[in-house]
Amino acid sequence: MNLKSKINNQIFAFTSVADVMAKANAEKSGDALVGLSAASATERVAAKLCLAEMQLQDIYENPVIPYEADAVTRLIYDRLNTTIYRQIAGWTVSELREHILASTSQNELLNLSRGLTSEMIAAVAKLMSTMDLVYAAKKIKVQAHCNTTIGLPGTLSFRNQPNHPSDSIEGILASLKEGLSFGSGDAVLGVNPVVDNVDNFERVMNALVNFRKLYDIPTQCCILAHVTTQMKAMEKDVPVDLVFQSIAGTETANQAFGITIPMLQEAHDMALKQGTATGPNVMYFETGQGSELSLNCHHGVDEMTLEARTYGVGRAFAPFMLNNVSGFIGPETIYTGKEVIRADLEDLFMGKMHGLPMGIAPCYTNHMKADQDDQEVGTMLCAMAGANFFMGVSGGDDCMLNYQDTSFHDDASIREILGLRPSPEFEKWLEGLDIMADGKLTARAGDPSIFDKPLYNNKGNKY
Amino acid sequence: MNTQTEKDIAANVIKELIALGFLDSTGKTTNVPPTLALPGSPAVDSEPVELLSAELIGVDNPHNLDALKIMRKATPARILMGRCGCRQKTASLLRFLADHAAAVDAVFKDLPETFLEQQKLFQVKTVVRDKDEYLMKPELGKRLDEASRAILLEKCKKNPQVQIIVVDGLSTTSIEANIGDVMPALVQGLMTMGVSVGTPFYVKYGRVGIMDDIAPLLGCEVIVEFIGERPGLITAESMSAYLAYKPTHATIEAERTVISNIHRGGTGPVEAGAHLATVVKQMLDHKAGGVKLAEQVK
Repeated sequence: MNLKSKINNQIFAFTSVADVMAKANAEKSGDALVGLSAASATERVAAKLCLAEMQLQDIYENPVIPYEADAVTRLIYDRLNTTIYRQIAGWTVSELREHILASTSQNELLNLSRGLTSEMIAAVAKLMSTMDLVYAAKKIKVQAHCNTTIGLPGTLSFRNQPNHPSDSIEGILASLKEGLSFGSGDAVLGVNPVVDNVDNFERVMNALVNFRKLYDIPTQCCILAHVTTQMKAMEKDVPVDLVFQSIAGTETANQAFGITIPMLQEAHDMALKQGTATGPNVMYFETGQGSELSLNCHHGVDEMTLEARTYGVGRAFAPFMLNNVSGFIGPETIYTGKEVIRADLEDLFMGKMHGLPMGIAPCYTNHMKADQDDQEVGTMLCAMAGANFFMGVSGGDDCMLNYQDTSFHDDASIREILGLRPSPEFEKWLEGLDIMADGKLTARAGDPSIFDKPLYNNKGNKY
Repeated sequence: MNTQTEKDIAANVIKELIALGFLDSTGKTTNVPPTLALPGSPAVDSEPVELLSAELIGVDNPHNLDALKIMRKATPARILMGRCGCRQKTASLLRFLADHAAAVDAVFKDLPETFLEQQKLFQVKTVVRDKDEYLMKPELGKRLDEASRAILLEKCKKNPQVQIIVVDGLSTTSIEANIGDVMPALVQGLMTMGVSVGTPFYVKYGRVGIMDDIAPLLGCEVIVEFIGERPGLITAESMSAYLAYKPTHATIEAERTVISNIHRGGTGPVEAGAHLATVVKQMLDHKAGGVKLAEQVK
């Protein structure tokens, strides 16, 4: 393995595979904060050159966090298909890049995926330009099934995210209806609760489930509480279709989230046994570049490589959806609009290359140097790259989590711009309510008052 | 063109510029930005254009307007804006841009000098060099620079029972909106209780943890830190008060008491100031803050 490279008569020496991986990254504030990024533009390219000539076995033999030291590394290595890996161990990262870009078969790429560790997938993404990432990501679209199917060719689905700052059912229902009237909700009806306990979980979940039943909406419901709260809820027979959890790319960061890999396995098995969904895909994960560093659990590894390792965790549990929210944490991890767009496209490609049903939340906070225009550019690129789904937030402004994400308007616009459709059963449902015709919103769309049936809670009282 | 004609043209132009307000009567440029409209045109006399109310219901031909009015009251979310095709109408688009601009300005704008003078606050700063560094390297916002330490030792009363500090945090707008009301309410409350109060000042580029650097330096018992919260689109004026009993760099977050959401639409600043005085008294009595205090006063 060669850790030296030469550009313009200048020789650059790197200290390890992890060092090359970090310095080959596009600029991100998080890597600079931890002191991992390249010191100059030329050093960045020199690192890419070194990485391009590295063989996949070099990466295999030098995990960025040792096998003995980290449960995420062990999970990734223990699940690797060694037969497929052995066939490509001698490829350079450059050859892998060119192979992926030239490939015309999703099946072939997903087979290859089984022989790649997360760090190999991160490495190849580091050698890709923006259009490379879109071009490569577009080749793979992974389907998954919970109650309905996500990721069918030609579709783009949305999570209807009707959050409210005090979990008011009336407020949540108002935003939920607004989103449905714009055709949003075929991925999931999903609320981030303010209060994370079983009683509140049950209260909000019952409202969502009762509403879904009242209108016979072909979708799934989820309250994004901690996985342990959801498991307790299932034990109390509260309906749970999808189990949500935020995950990260190191064992210590997952500990900081209050989870372990056996705990995720237990939740997954419990959802299949005691949950309400058809399956087989019953997990919903969220991830984002920089979460490990914001928790001080990065082990000297760059945020993009750790994000790839997070997908290594995610793919072990065959999720229905994996949503990437790089841009949510803030300026200490991702500072500018350019950084967040780059991260979104890297993550979309890396997730798909892991065989995951990927969605993206191109998002920003008010203390980043990013604005609505950056966010709309990122959204359009991710849609072109074949994201399975986006979030749907009224007016793009989440009034509970205090950040900006894709709006009901932007979601509907993207479908029209690219000729994409909702999931088929959801489209039929929209047509039945005269919200959509021929894949376009009708005159009646955008008016939540069309949902005027009285809704009752489990005690028979009107909400 | 002869010279006389040029002079006449120049004189006429100057006369015109004076009439429009670009120049004063002596021919010097004015500081006041003139209106670009010609005198007598409608724009001069009419009221300025304003954003439409966020409460506006923009849905065209609604199925049930009364139901929409009830929904409008149920959530601060940006619903019921209607649409043109799939896009937002102009009014709601401009409202969003204005709210985001207010949030960005709250983060990136410095506090005006005049405000500090009015509030009789002098300014010190952390080791942070500029706003970009402040935002990308949170740890640096927890340490004063050397010059500031010297200034504090020179200007501040030593070993007071309570030290009050004002910190920009992520919203200078919130500091401007609330300090003028919260400060007198707190100081008056403390004086009534016979508590000695140190010399207040303003810290630029500060994070919550800056109190851990300041409290040992000035030898106070309780420190009260007013700091701007990360602005959302609903309000950029929200401020928090963090309090701790004899904090040091070893202090953990659970040892701090926090009162957040101080702004006109949340906990009002006067009310917050009065409440804080009682919290400070409890902290002095129990010699603790945060979770430990909460357990003791249960």
